[in-house]
Amino acid sequence: MNDTPPGAGPVLDVRGVVKAFGSNVVLRGVDLSVEEHRVVALIGGSGSGKSTMLRCASLLETVDDGQVLLDGEDVTDPRVDADRVRRRMGVVFQAYNLFPHLSVLENVTLAPTVVHGRSAAEAREEAHALLARIGLAEKATEYPDRLSGGQQQRVAIARALAVRPRLLLLDEITSALDPELVGEVLRVVREVAAGGMTIVMATHEMGFAKQVADTVCFLDGGVVLEHGPPAQVLGDPVQPRTRQFLARVIDAGRL
Amino acid sequence: MALASTLAFFVVAYLVVTSAPGWPRVQATFFSLDVARRSFPQILTGLWLNLQVLVVGGLLVLALGLLLAVLRTLRGPAFAPLRLLVTVYVDLFRGVPLIIVLYLVGFGFPALGLQGAPTSPFVLGTTAIVLTYSAYVAEVFRAGIESVHPSQRAAARSLGLTHRQSMRIVVLPQALRTVTPALLNDFVALQKDVGLISVLSVVDAVRAAQIVVGQTFNFTPYVVAGLLFVLLAVPSARIADAVSARARRRQQSGSLL
Ligand SMILES: Nc1ncnc2c1ncn2[C@@H]1O[C@H](COP(=O)(O)OP(=O)(O)OP(=O)(O)O)[C@@H](O)[C@H]1O
Ligand SMILES: [Mg+2]
Repeated sequence: MNDTPPGAGPVLDVRGVVKAFGSNVVLRGVDLSVEEHRVVALIGGSGSGKSTMLRCASLLETVDDGQVLLDGEDVTDPRVDADRVRRRMGVVFQAYNLFPHLSVLENVTLAPTVVHGRSAAEAREEAHALLARIGLAEKATEYPDRLSGGQQQRVAIARALAVRPRLLLLDEITSALDPELVGEVLRVVREVAAGGMTIVMATHEMGFAKQVADTVCFLDGGVVLEHGPPAQVLGDPVQPRTRQFLARVIDAGRL
Repeated sequence: MALASTLAFFVVAYLVVTSAPGWPRVQATFFSLDVARRSFPQILTGLWLNLQVLVVGGLLVLALGLLLAVLRTLRGPAFAPLRLLVTVYVDLFRGVPLIIVLYLVGFGFPALGLQGAPTSPFVLGTTAIVLTYSAYVAEVFRAGIESVHPSQRAAARSLGLTHRQSMRIVVLPQALRTVTPALLNDFVALQKDVGLISVLSVVDAVRAAQIVVGQTFNFTPYVVAGLLFVLLAVPSARIADAVSARARRRQQSGSLL
C-alpha cells in the first residue's frame, strides 16, 4: 500500500518486511502505512502473521528484510538504538503481561519514571488521571492478580498510554477475555482512538474493526492481500481469499 | 494423640538403647556431662568463627551466584565465551566435593607462594566454600530467572526499558520470589558445611571439639558441637518451611483466579 498522500509522512511505514522463523517464512514482503490519527485493523487467519507483524513494528523481533519507518526514520537500521525507538510506541498484548509484583499504579508509572525520567509525582498524577479515564481509579493500589481480565487489560492500555506514545500497537487484546468483558476494553480503545491516537490493531473482532478502523488490512500468505475502508474490505472484498476468510468468520459468529 | 504417640516412641527408643549391653560404655564416652561442661566454652568460641564464615560466605555466595546466573542469561555471540566459562565453572564446582575444594584452596593455594596472597585459613576456607556454594546458588537463580515468562521481558522491553532495567526491575524481583525457598534450603546446608573448614586446622567448633577429644579420649565434645550446629540450623529450617508453605499457598490461590 504505497498510496501515501503527500504532505506530512506516515507515522508508521512498513516496507517489504520479510520475517522467517527457521524455514517458516511468515512475512513475505508486507507493506503497510499508517497516517497520524488513523486506526488500522489487521485481520487474517490464525498463524497468518499478525502478531509477528506487530512484533516487527515494535522491534521485539528483528526483520530479515525490508524496513520499518517510524516518523520517517528507518528503525530497522542496525545502528539505531532499539530501546530509544521502543519508547515512542505503546504495545498491548493479548495476555495483558502486567507485572505481577508491582501494583497497578507502579505498573503504569514504571516506564514514565525509569525510561522517560519524569518525576515520581508527575508520573503518579498522570497515572491517576489515566486510571480514572479507564474507570479504575480506585484500583491504583491493587495488585494485578486481584483484577478481572478486563480490568487487567484496561490497566495494560493505561500502562502503554502512560509513555505518551506516538503509536499504539494492540495485539488481539480481547481474545483472552470472557465475552462479557470484551465490551469494557473495546470502549476504552474506542475512546483512545477518538482522542486522536494512531493505532494499529490485530483483531478478530470484525464488528469492532468496522466501527473504529479507518483501514482494514487482510494479511494472508505473508502479504497484505487486500486493504481499504472497512465497509469495502469487510463488506465487499475483491479477493476470493478475503471472501473465504470472512465467510469462515461469519460461520463462527464473529461478525 | 500425635503428642502421645511421639512421646511413646521416644520412651520405647530410650528403653531399647539404654538396655543395650554396650550402653554404659557409650554413655561414658559420648554423653559424659563432665566432659561436655569442660569443652563447652572452647566449642562455643569455635562456633563464633563458624558463624563469621557463615555470614561473610553467605553474602558472597549470594552476590557471586546472582552474578553468574545473570551472566549466563546474556544472549548474543559476543557473550558466548563468557557463557561457556560460567557453564564450566558451575559444572566444575558442583561436581567436586567441598572437602576437596577446601584442601586444594586451603593447602594448594598458599603452596604456590604468590606474593601478597592470603594465607589465613579463615579467608581460604571461606573462599573454598564460596566457590562451591556459588555454583549451586547460580543454578538456583538461573532456574528462577527462566521461570519468569518471556512475555514479561517482552512487555518490559516494549516499554523502552533496556535489558539491564528489564532484568533488575521486572525479571529478578519475580525470580527471587520463586527461588527464596530453595535459597533458604541451601543456607541450611551451608550452616553445617561451614564446620568443614576445620580441616584447614583453624579452630572452629569442630576443631575445638577435636582438640578436647584428643586430650580426654572422650567423644562427648563431638556430640556437643553437633547439638550446637543443630540449634543453629533449626530456626532457618523452620523459616525455610514457612516460606515454602507461603509460596505454595500463593501459587495455589493464583492458579484459582
Ligand atoms: N518466536 C517464534 N518462533 C518460531 N515461530 C514463530 C514464533 N512466533 C511466531 N511463529 C510462527 O509464525 C507464524 C505466525 O504467527 P503469529 O503469531 O504472527 O500469527 P497470528 O496471525 O498472530 O496468529 P493468531 O491469530 O493465532 O494470533 C506461526 O506459524 C507461528 O508458529
Ligand atoms: Mg497473534
